[in-house]
Amino acid sequence: MNTAYSIIMEAAQIAVILAGAPLFVGWVRALKCRAQGRTSAGIFQPYRDLRRLFYKDVVLAENASWIFRSAPYVVFGATVLAGAIIPVISTDLPLSLTADVIALVAIFAIARFFTALAGMDIGTAFGGMGSSREMMVASLAEPAMLMSVFTISLVAGSTTLSQMVHTLASSAFVLRPSMALALMAFILVAIAETGRIPVDNPATHLELTMIHEAMVLEYSGRHLALIEWAGMIKLFLFSSLGIALFVPWGIGGPQELLMLPVSIVSLIIKLAFIGVCLVLVETRLAKMRVFQVPEFLGVAFILATLGMLSFFMLE
Amino acid sequence: MTLPTPLACAFFSVLIYIITAVAAPFLASRQASLIKITFIFSSIASAFGVYAGFMAVSSGQAETLTLPIGLPDLAFYLRLDSLSGFFLLLTALLGLIVSIYSAGYVKGFLGSRQVTSLAVFYCLFMAGMLLVLLADDAYFFMIAWELMTISSFFLVCFEDESLEARRAAFIYLLMAHVGAMLILLAFGIMAGFAAGFENFSGFTFDAMRAAPIPHKWTSIVFVLAFFGFAAKAGVIPMHVWLPEAHPSAPSNVSALMSGVMLKIAIYALIRVTFDILPITAWWWGGLVFCLGLASAVMGILYALMQVDLKRLLAYSSVENVGIIMISLGLAMIFKFHNMNLLAALALTASLYHCLNHALFKGLLFMGAGSILHATRERNMERMGGLIHKMPQTSFLFLGGCLAIAALPPFNGFVSEWLAFQAFLQSSVLPGQILKLISPIGAALLALTAALCARCFVKVYGVVFLGHWRGAGQCKAHEVDLSMRVGMSLAVLACLGLGIFPTIVIGWMDTVTKGLTGAGIGASAQAHGWMWLTPVSAERASYSGPLVFAVIAVVIFIVYLVFHSRKDCVRRSAIWDCGYPKLTNRMQYNSTSFAMPLRRIFGSLLIIKETVRPGDASRPLAFQQRFAFEVKIFDRAWYIIYKPLSQAAFWIARHAMRLQHGRIQIYLVYSFITLILLLVFA
Repeated sequence: MNTAYSIIMEAAQIAVILAGAPLFVGWVRALKCRAQGRTSAGIFQPYRDLRRLFYKDVVLAENASWIFRSAPYVVFGATVLAGAIIPVISTDLPLSLTADVIALVAIFAIARFFTALAGMDIGTAFGGMGSSREMMVASLAEPAMLMSVFTISLVAGSTTLSQMVHTLASSAFVLRPSMALALMAFILVAIAETGRIPVDNPATHLELTMIHEAMVLEYSGRHLALIEWAGMIKLFLFSSLGIALFVPWGIGGPQELLMLPVSIVSLIIKLAFIGVCLVLVETRLAKMRVFQVPEFLGVAFILATLGMLSFFMLE
Repeated sequence: MTLPTPLACAFFSVLIYIITAVAAPFLASRQASLIKITFIFSSIASAFGVYAGFMAVSSGQAETLTLPIGLPDLAFYLRLDSLSGFFLLLTALLGLIVSIYSAGYVKGFLGSRQVTSLAVFYCLFMAGMLLVLLADDAYFFMIAWELMTISSFFLVCFEDESLEARRAAFIYLLMAHVGAMLILLAFGIMAGFAAGFENFSGFTFDAMRAAPIPHKWTSIVFVLAFFGFAAKAGVIPMHVWLPEAHPSAPSNVSALMSGVMLKIAIYALIRVTFDILPITAWWWGGLVFCLGLASAVMGILYALMQVDLKRLLAYSSVENVGIIMISLGLAMIFKFHNMNLLAALALTASLYHCLNHALFKGLLFMGAGSILHATRERNMERMGGLIHKMPQTSFLFLGGCLAIAALPPFNGFVSEWLAFQAFLQSSVLPGQILKLISPIGAALLALTAALCARCFVKVYGVVFLGHWRGAGQCKAHEVDLSMRVGMSLAVLACLGLGIFPTIVIGWMDTVTKGLTGAGIGASAQAHGWMWLTPVSAERASYSGPLVFAVIAVVIFIVYLVFHSRKDCVRRSAIWDCGYPKLTNRMQYNSTSFAMPLRRIFGSLLIIKETVRPGDASRPLAFQQRFAFEVKIFDRAWYIIYKPLSQAAFWIARHAMRLQHGRIQIYLVYSFITLILLLVFA
């Protein structure tokens, strides 16, 4: 009974992530259109995009190697595994124990490693540029992300995500300086990791400003569908991870079947709110120059380290 | 029938190596069979060593032996306990893999040069490393240490017609002997206190363990021993020989030097600090920790800037030794504060990383050797697209890149994960300084890991992906079967250590139990072989098998679903946003890939960028070509070594004035010395 329940929860969560990610992206895009005075294609447009790409033929460059062909699958596999770990609707996830928060960061790194390799596989200048820039962003964002989650795991006394969320949700709300610093760092990192303005522009195809798009330029058909879908899931997961770590109230605990509707509704409300914030940021700010990104992420890194320091020194 | 004891096996292994080394010159006239016989025998010898190390660690018993050879009253003492057993396994395992690889690799020298010296010193090098691990007295230790150093010196200058190799070998020898001198002094002090400065009886490690050394002196001994071993391990600022020696040595030797020899120095450091000396001050650990951090961060930054593949790997070894030192320093701090369980956790992280680094760095050096073998090229700026020419090597090399970039389910991730777990426990440490350095340490370790991933994206992307950048057509070919077998074994070992860490940690529990009195084996294995729970399941858990399985299952399902439509892949020309005139020179190369980091971390390094117009007579805006050059200099040279060498030359110049070449003046010197001695005696 116990295991059956958690397996159902795990399956439900993966289904929510797979289906919800395009919807969340559709919501953000629709809001952005509204904010910029354009007519949107509706919040279901990402589903149509994915279906269209799935039915299209794949056009591969002549010298594409097996790295290029397998990277979309690895990226998708790693992203789905990350989705199985983060408590989105329930903390009672059997797979949550397989990898803790440090491993989670590493699992995202697998996806990035393969995307960057795929970018260099064809041998175009754009691909290499995208890989180089993506790894530059990652090499600063990843440590900042680790430090930020370390601070939270120190507060929660665990690095296992379900345990952390359980502890944080069940303890009384205390305003901790370390958590505040970690939150600020996390927001900056999440913007960089998911490739949003002001670090990267997901809608751009202007050659000099691309980061993520430059790496996947040569992809088409179902490969591109997988990469796009994985990108949507990543945005969804970073939002849910932020929710799980900083506003965990509403996520169902073990053996709480009745919490399921509550947690889904609370998830929708929180995500909708995050979408609004994201759109506000993206419409108000301009994309920064590539070489200002290190400063942006340096701030995140220092904030996160200060968060951990303040835990060690003060708490 | 009783099986031979581990020590007997280890001794037998050393014996086979020495006999092979002695026998090799007799086969010099038949080079091809020399290669076969040498590497078959060294594989057999390594297999004995692997067995001995494995059994010594699983039994956890110490075994001793006294050999009545050597000088009168100075017998050789041998001892095999779980710590030396662990490093014996590491050495012999990589020795086995590299020996199989070498059988194919060394064949590449046939026809161009004699390989007899390579065969002889290869075997002596392995024997020296194994003997260092078995030594139980300072005298025998130093003999074995020197055997290891000298034989590796001859291996570094194997290709002795190149000035570069001779210079590298000289720097290596110099640094190794500065280190050896410091080690000798450290042993001398300990032996002196052990025997009351009366006779030589204090030279065994047993006597040193019992020696009543005053507190002040233990710290002096520690500092001497630490810098002595650090010179061998390549800790910054003693790392300068490493990026010179590793590229010059033949690649199979680089694999051994980087994979194993650096670990031997770490073994010796652990032996002295955890076994022989009591840790009497917290700053010992702090010193190891801080220099480890410096090595890790600077090592990977230098690695990122390199264009020579083997030099890059050498700097990456500096980085990995730094990571090992960070955990080791943390373990020492924990042990000083009597937190034995946490010390065991940090020490396990450190030892596990030793094993991991041996395997993946061995693999990467073997891969670099295969590339060198196939393309005659070490410069990454002239490589590219090798994945099409060397499909199997490229697949195996990818395993090494994933392992060193600390990506699950490979092994590099496990040791890094354990190190982070140790960091997260360090909030219990007393003292403000420790509370300050440990978060900063965690931050820099995280930065190192991320930069390392970037570095190996660059290596793999530039070497194997894209198009060939060199002149003419790429003439590379897939390498010999034995080389591929060697690399495959290393990849399997990396994957095995990454997927089944719980079993390995349970096995090596006796090592930490012997050194810190506590082990994490019981708690790590509490939930079965699938789950690694170093402290408790609530605190942290990781399951290598499941991570591997879930990713594999998801990929399989997605593959099935997405391949429901057949025949929808079409090959065509590169799109590149419709740009038609793409050439191979427009690809990102190693220098351009590292360019963002040159801007971000440029102030930490010495970088000289020069852009020269190709045609000086025309204005700058109308140039057809530019020559661009980047030079990266190691700061350690300018801060430490250049002043030192200048000082040495200055002293030598002034001392030269004493010499006039006239016999009368030398007689006066002798006379004055005699008078002085008579006055003061």
